[in-house]
Amino acid sequence: MVGITKRFPGVVANDDVNFEAAEGEVHALLGENGAGKTTLSNILTGLYRQDEGEIELYGEQVRFHSPRDALDAGICMVHQHFRLVEPFSVAENVVLGDHRGEARRIVVHSSAIENRVEELSSRYGLAVNPKARVWQLSVGEQQRVEILKALYREARILIMDEPTAVLTPQEAEALFGTLRAMAEEGKTVIFISHKLHEVKAVADRVTVLRGGRTVATVDAEPATLRSLAALMVGREIDVARPLEQPRRLADVRTLEVDGLTVAGDRGEIAVKDVSFAIREGEIVGVAGVAGNGQRELAEAVSGMRDIRAGSVRIAGRRLRGGDPREAILAGVGHVPEDRLGTGLAPSLSVTSNVVIKTYRRRSFSRGPLLALRRMREAAVGIIRRYDVKTPGPGTPVRNLSGGNLQKLVLGREFEDDPLVLVVAQPTRGLDVGAIETVHSYLRDAAARGVAILLMSEDLDEILALADRILVVYEGEIVGELQAGAASIDEIGLLMGGGASE
Amino acid sequence: MKLERRLEQPWWLSVAVPLGSLVVAFGIMAVILAATGHDPVETYREILDAAFTGNGAFSATFISATPILFTGLAAAAAFRMQLFNIGAEGQLYLGAVGASWIALQLGDRSAASTPLYVVAMCVAAGLAGALWALIPGVLRAFARTNEIITSLMLNYVAGLLLTYLIFDSSSYWRDTSTLQARAFPQGKPMPEASNWPTFGSEVVVPLGFVIGLATALALWVLYTRMRFGFEVGVIADSPRAARYAGMRTRRKILSVMAVSGAIAGIGGASQIGDFTYTLDGSTTGLQAAAFGYTGIVVAALARYNPLAVCLVAVLIGGLQNAGYTLQGPDFPSGLVGVMQGIILFCALGGELLFRYRLRIRRRSSAQGASGPAVEPAR
Repeated sequence: MVGITKRFPGVVANDDVNFEAAEGEVHALLGENGAGKTTLSNILTGLYRQDEGEIELYGEQVRFHSPRDALDAGICMVHQHFRLVEPFSVAENVVLGDHRGEARRIVVHSSAIENRVEELSSRYGLAVNPKARVWQLSVGEQQRVEILKALYREARILIMDEPTAVLTPQEAEALFGTLRAMAEEGKTVIFISHKLHEVKAVADRVTVLRGGRTVATVDAEPATLRSLAALMVGREIDVARPLEQPRRLADVRTLEVDGLTVAGDRGEIAVKDVSFAIREGEIVGVAGVAGNGQRELAEAVSGMRDIRAGSVRIAGRRLRGGDPREAILAGVGHVPEDRLGTGLAPSLSVTSNVVIKTYRRRSFSRGPLLALRRMREAAVGIIRRYDVKTPGPGTPVRNLSGGNLQKLVLGREFEDDPLVLVVAQPTRGLDVGAIETVHSYLRDAAARGVAILLMSEDLDEILALADRILVVYEGEIVGELQAGAASIDEIGLLMGGGASE
Repeated sequence: MKLERRLEQPWWLSVAVPLGSLVVAFGIMAVILAATGHDPVETYREILDAAFTGNGAFSATFISATPILFTGLAAAAAFRMQLFNIGAEGQLYLGAVGASWIALQLGDRSAASTPLYVVAMCVAAGLAGALWALIPGVLRAFARTNEIITSLMLNYVAGLLLTYLIFDSSSYWRDTSTLQARAFPQGKPMPEASNWPTFGSEVVVPLGFVIGLATALALWVLYTRMRFGFEVGVIADSPRAARYAGMRTRRKILSVMAVSGAIAGIGGASQIGDFTYTLDGSTTGLQAAAFGYTGIVVAALARYNPLAVCLVAVLIGGLQNAGYTLQGPDFPSGLVGVMQGIILFCALGGELLFRYRLRIRRRSSAQGASGPAVEPAR
């Protein structure tokens, strides 16, 4: 790919990017969130068309008009969020959208497909039952189905977009093995990531993107984590976390969770007999691979989900559970994982969303009538204090960017002076600048005495913010570590259920 | 050529789009009229005359507009919360049943005060309509059934109930006083004092229409200035956000259905008090008028804004009224229906343009070959 440029309204996502990968190599595309990695791969897979630049495949210039063109050219991508049909079987998903030979017949000859899938999965070490339904599979297994899809189509180039975000360190190791095996067969694997050690572990060469431009292409072997990090962020940084003095905390237990058991969406037990406490001003991080009960725990504390057994106490007051209003009144703030849709009503204005929890209070209503002017003033105040970029308080929040949405949610929750703040994936999808801001807001809140329960799939985030870390695995707390003493390896092992082995 | 979602909807569009839709509708209709051998200009002049400008036209238009004003408001009230109450039809029947019952009861006790009758009839009709609407409401709130289907089915039940009360039973509503009435079933006539007053002499405005206007204003205040409306807005936009914010969604479903049903019910009271002065059980009368369904069209054209419902109700009422005048030997009633259909069709098409922007551009010239207009993924 030579001189690729792609502009979106307001941003240049790719600016004169050059990228080349050889047959039989694992080539990593490294860069921070927003560096243009995903845009570049979307151009290569025909989802976007470049504004400028050329793409050459095996020496031939190509122009993709649709994703199908790219598929026909042998390029497959495994997206961060899987493109699978949950009620269908693995084999059905594998042939879905494939328009050659076997899959094209009106009657799908499933046993032939299943045999082929089985053969491929044993050859590349992708253990998965072709007859299983996708919804029954773990996230790691679903990812294997995505890779099988690419193999079945005889892809020559496989793009993996942040494949390890949903995996335990051990599952990631297995994935790396598969990718190496594919490369040895002469396929090209493009591995998109912002995690240095992974890139170092799996790639032959590394191309670093920063701010939409190519910074360098280097061999992985001689590169060090430090040198890669420097290329990625544009300056020398300390890879290790700066050691912090443990903060002194008052001995007031603001949030007490005792023997909490919560059911998941399908009625299964998602949180099992969990007990912990958070003190005033303390940030407790919950680490774990996605889907191990973090979401259910957050929802139970914030009243969004029924409590099956056990108790949640806010400043000594016990919640009945399953009632968000009760939790709000008890002083629980909640920054949900799903900002737009749960945390905010997308089509409503900034003003409406600012008062969405507090419109009942005396400050915003006189009897059944709303005090529209005061609502607007409150919104203007939050916009100013939390630096929310919006054309005005009347704008529908759907038009705001991810970072500004999160600032709006945080601002609203902080303004209500909560005792406890439940924060889920606060920086997912945000750019570096916004992440910094969100982190500093959370630290400020803790400094003011708010007890914060932080759920994050990003271990670095938990290490950067938390005073104490709880590791969950299959709905249970399998480890508790003081932030200063925790190492990534140790947490990783616990996240994968390593404690029980 | 493609459609793009509008990020913001300028206020003038909400006026320009419906007007534009009407113009387009009349344009298409002109072609059909010409093709079937009618002079479009002459026909439109007749319509205008019969609906608005002619002698007594406005009085006739108000008569047509009154019931669909109520059902339009009923639909708007529920649809604003994405609660699709299609049952205004049945709720209106039940309102008529309730209003006629209380009027007959008061008549039996020889009450003579018209204001008493009006208030009692509205209350009884509102209650009856609300209770009828609460059946799909409760099912929706507690059993998660689809309110579109349940409320629609209950319309047929309500229609059969109406027929049963007058034709198939010797109910309290049926007139059995004379031999003729026993042979040809009909409802009891309402007491004289229960007939609602009208306003004006040149243009006659029925009391029901005035009550409808007041209801529209109240509904507008409720939905734009009160906590009730704020909650409805949040629930409509995102039920998850509503739950997150601690709103009582079930309770709101029940109250919105009750409000919607009550408004439709009062429309039934207005039918009794303003126009028919008896409970009409025949399948060719109240049941054939389809006020409830027309009300859905009215609400959609008014984009669920109660104040706009008033305007649209008068407009559609005028068209219906003109339809009665137009149809005759050389103007089949089917053509009137076609016209109303085209107007609806264009209005719904216009709705699309309100939310989306049509962008026309040349096909992939050298510079214009950019990717699909999706958000930048990073």
